Amino acid sequence: MTAVTLTVNGTERSLEVEPRTLLVHALRDDLGLTGTNVGCDSSSCGACTVLVDGQSAKSCTMFAVQADGADITTIEGVADADGTLHPMQQAFHEHHALQCGYCTPGMVMAAISLVDEYPGLDEGGVRHGLEGNLCRCTGYQNIVDAVLAAAGSGGD
Amino acid sequence: MIPAAFDYEVAESVDHAISLLGEHGDDAKLLAGGHSLIPMMRYRLATPSVLVDVGRLDDLRYIRTGNGTVSIGALTRHSELEHSAALAEACPMLASVAALVGDPAVRHRGTLGGTIAHADPASDLPAAVLALGGTIVAQGPGGSREIAATDFFTGYFESVLADDEMITEVRVPAGSGGWNYQKFNRRAQDWAIVGVAVAGGGAGVSLVNMGSTPVRASGVEAAVAGGASAAEAAAVAADGLDPPDDLNADAEYRSHLARVLTERALNAAGVA
Ligand SMILES: Cc1cc2nc3c(=O)[nH]c(=O)nc-3n(C[C@H](O)[C@H](O)[C@H](O)COP(=O)(O)OP(=O)(O)OC[C@H]3O[C@@H](n4cnc5c(N)ncnc54)[C@H](O)[C@@H]3O)c2cc1C
Ligand code: FES
Ligand code: FES
Repeated sequence: MTAVTLTVNGTERSLEVEPRTLLVHALRDDLGLTGTNVGCDSSSCGACTVLVDGQSAKSCTMFAVQADGADITTIEGVADADGTLHPMQQAFHEHHALQCGYCTPGMVMAAISLVDEYPGLDEGGVRHGLEGNLCRCTGYQNIVDAVLAAAGSGGD
Repeated sequence: MIPAAFDYEVAESVDHAISLLGEHGDDAKLLAGGHSLIPMMRYRLATPSVLVDVGRLDDLRYIRTGNGTVSIGALTRHSELEHSAALAEACPMLASVAALVGDPAVRHRGTLGGTIAHADPASDLPAAVLALGGTIVAQGPGGSREIAATDFFTGYFESVLADDEMITEVRVPAGSGGWNYQKFNRRAQDWAIVGVAVAGGGAGVSLVNMGSTPVRASGVEAAVAGGASAAEAAAVAADGLDPPDDLNADAEYRSHLARVLTERALNAAGVA
C-alpha cells in the first residue's frame, strides 16, 4: 500500500491505496464521493471527469498515486456551501440538459474546465470540446445550450 | 477492468528514472501521462510489474526556440503544445496537430514523449514530427543520443528505444513552411482512420495509420520536388504501402483515403 494525500474539494484527505487503484475508485470507494461515475472501460465516455489542479481529467485513466499532492475537484465540490448551485449546474438545470443524469457529473466538470480553457466559445467549440463526454439520453442539444449560456454568464 | 498489481516508483530525475529501469529490467515501464499505458493496463494488454512515474519531472515540460530549432521537453503535455504562443509562432503545425489529439481531458495529461515512445502508427503527433524532419533525444545509462524521427519507428508500438532509455526531448526545425494536417475519422475524439501531415510545402509528407509505423511518403515528396502537381504527386501516396484492414476501413479504402487526403493537404500547403 502507498500513502497518498489529496486535497479533495478543498479538504486534505490522506489514504492508503494499492498503486493500481484508479483515482475514480479512490474517490468513490475510499472517500465515499460517489458523484463521480464510471461509464466505460476504455477511457472514452467521460462520466468520470473531475478537475485535477483545475483541469479536466478522466479519473479512470489516472492512478490515485499519480494524484498524490494534487488538488481534486469533484461534482460534490462545485456548489456553494449554502447549496447555491455553480453557474454551470444552474445552466444545466435551466436548460434541462439532463435526463437520466448518469453523464451529468462528468459533463458538468468537463464543461467547467472547457469554459475556463477556451474563452469565447461558440457552438462548434462546445460540441468539439465535449467530444470526450458521451450522453446516451439528451441528444446533446440542451447540454450545448446550457454550456453556451454558462459561458456567456461567466460560467467558470 | 482493474489493472494487474505493480510496484510504483517515483522518479526524482532522468538519471534516477534510468537507474530504476536498469534495476528492474524489462518488466519495468515508464509512466508519463498514462493515456496510452493505463488503458492498455486496464485491458491487461500490458502487465508491467514496476511503473516508474516520470510524470513529476516538471523540468522536462518546456518549449524553447532558438537557432532555427524548437526543442520540446518530453513531459510537455498536448494541451501545452496546443496553447503555446511560442510554438504557434515557431512551429504552427505541431501546435495545431496537438489540438486534434483526443479530447481536452486527454490533452491535459498525455505527453509528447509518451506519444512518440508509444509508437502507435495511428497517432497524430508522431506523424507530424516525422513530416517536420524532427529529432528525438533519448538518454540511457551510457549518456544521451539523438535519433532522426525517420530512423525511430520500427514496427507496431516498436521503436529503436532500448528498455533502459528515456526520451528527454523532441526537436523540430523552426518554421513549418507550407503545412497542413488532414485527419479523417468517423467518431469524435477518435484516432485517425488515415491522416496526412505535410510540412515545408511538400518537402516532408507523412501518413498516419497506413502501415505498422508512421511513414514518410517519399514518392510524394520526390514528385513535389520534381515539380509535379498536387494531384500527380498524391496519386502515388499509397504506392508500396501495406495499410491495415480493420473494422473502420479495409486496405483498399485506406489507400484511396491516403491519395485523396494527400491531395487536399498538398493543396492547403500551397502546392497547386
Ligand atoms: C480517449 C483517448 C483518446 C485518444 N485519442 C488520440 C488521438 O486522437 N490521437 C492520438 O495521437 N492519440 C490519442 N490518444 C493517445 C494519447 O495521445 C496519449 O496520451 C499518448 O499516446 C501517450 O502519451 P502519455 O504521456 O499518456 O504516455 P503513457 O501512457 O504514460 O506511456 C505510453 C508509453 O510510452 C512510454 N513512455 C512514456 N514516456 C516516455 C519517455 N519520456 N521516454 C520513453 N518512454 C516513454 C511508456 O513506458 C509507455 O510504454 C488518446 C488517448 C485516449 C485515452
Ligand atoms: S469511465 Fe472514465 S472515461 Fe469512461
Ligand atoms: S442524461 Fe442520460 S446519459 Fe446523459
